[in-house]
Amino acid sequence: MNDLFGYALRLGDDALIAAQRTGEWIAAAPQLEEDVALGNIALDQLGQARALLQYAGEVEGAGRTEDDLAYFRDERDFRNAQLVELPNGDFAHTIAKLLYFATYQHLLYEELRSSTDETLAGVAGKAVKEVAYHVDHATQWVLRLGDGTEESHRRMQDGLDASWPYTAELFATDYLVLRLPGVAVDPSTLEDAWLRRVMQVIDESTCIRPESAYQHSGGRDGRHTEHLGYLLAELQHVARSHPGATW
Amino acid sequence: MVTDTDIRDAVGEIADPEVPVLTIADLGVLRGVRHEGDDVVVTITPTYSGCPAMDVIRHEVELTLNHLGVDGRVETVLSPAWTTDWMSDEGKAKLVEYGIAPPTGTRAVDGPIPLTLSVRCPLCGSPDTAELSRFGSTSCKSLWRCNSCREPFDHFKNL
Repeated sequence: MNDLFGYALRLGDDALIAAQRTGEWIAAAPQLEEDVALGNIALDQLGQARALLQYAGEVEGAGRTEDDLAYFRDERDFRNAQLVELPNGDFAHTIAKLLYFATYQHLLYEELRSSTDETLAGVAGKAVKEVAYHVDHATQWVLRLGDGTEESHRRMQDGLDASWPYTAELFATDYLVLRLPGVAVDPSTLEDAWLRRVMQVIDESTCIRPESAYQHSGGRDGRHTEHLGYLLAELQHVARSHPGATW
Repeated sequence: MVTDTDIRDAVGEIADPEVPVLTIADLGVLRGVRHEGDDVVVTITPTYSGCPAMDVIRHEVELTLNHLGVDGRVETVLSPAWTTDWMSDEGKAKLVEYGIAPPTGTRAVDGPIPLTLSVRCPLCGSPDTAELSRFGSTSCKSLWRCNSCREPFDHFKNL
C-alpha cells in the first residue's frame, strides 16, 4: 500500500466514522440545542473526511473516489482508531469520547498544518479551527456534568472511564508514520500535551483520572470492535443496494 | 470581450444560499478569477469543511459563466483557510441589518477553558446578551439571546 494513501486514509476514516457515530444523536440528544450542536460537529467531521478521502483516492491513483472509499470498503479495510467506532452510550459517554477525540484531533491538525504535503496542510489548517469548537463544546459539558449533581458526576466519571482504554491507540507510532517524515505527524509526540489538556478539564470537573491496565489497539491494521460492522451496515446499505445511483 | 473584472463582478454577486443577504464576494468565499489559455478558472474556498452550501455555490458559478458565454471551471481551494477576517465591512453591515450579529473579530479561544465574549444584539443594539448554543442553524453561526429585548438571534461565529 502506498504510504501517503494509507496515511490520508486513516485520518479520513477517523473523521468519517466519528461523523457517522456523532450524527446518530440528531433528534435523540437531551435538548434541541444539543441536536444542533452535535449535528454541526458531525458535519465538520464529515467535511474533513470528504477532503481526506478524496485526496486518498487521488494519491492511490486507482480511480477510487471519496464515495468508493466510504461506501465500498469492508470493515477490515477501515483504518480508523477503535475509539470513534464505539457506541454512543449515554450522553456523558459521548461527551467523554468527544473530549478525548477532539483534543487529539486539535493537537494533530495543529502539527499537520506544517506538513510538507500541501494538501494535508491545507485540510489541517481548515479543520483545526473547527475542532477548537468541538474541544470547547466537550469541555463545557464535562465541567457541567462532572461538577453538577451526584448523578451527573457519576455518569460523567463512568463515561470518562469507559472510553479511556481506547485512547492509547491514538498515540501509537507505527512504521507507516515513520516512513513519512515531514509529511505525517508522529502521534506519540502529541501524547503529553493531550494528557495535560484532558487532565486540566477532568480535574476542574471534579472527576478523577481514569485507570486502566489494558489498552485496546488494532484499528490502524483493520482489526475492529464488533460495533464497526453494524455502523458500516447503516452507512453503506443504500449505496450498496443501488450501486451507481445518484440523486 | 468579457474581461476578468466583468467575470469577477458577475460571479461576486452570487448570493450565499444560507445567508442570502451576503454575496460570495462579501463573504470572501470568492478567492479569484484567472485565465488558463482560453478557459476561465474561478477559485472558491469553503467557510467550513462540511459546508453544504459549497455545492450550490459551485453550480451557481458555473451557470453564471455559462450565461456570460465563457468556458471555465470552478476550483475549490482550502489553503490558506478561510477566516471571518475576510468578510467585508459592507458584508458585516448587511448582516446586522438582516438580524445576524457579525463576527466580532476575536478568534475562538485556544485554551481548554472558554471565555465568554460579548456580542451586541443586532435588533436593539444591547451588549447584554447570552449565548444559548455555540452551534446554530448553520455551521457558521451560533445561537444567542438578548437579555434586553429578549429576542433570540444568530451570531456569525469567529473563525
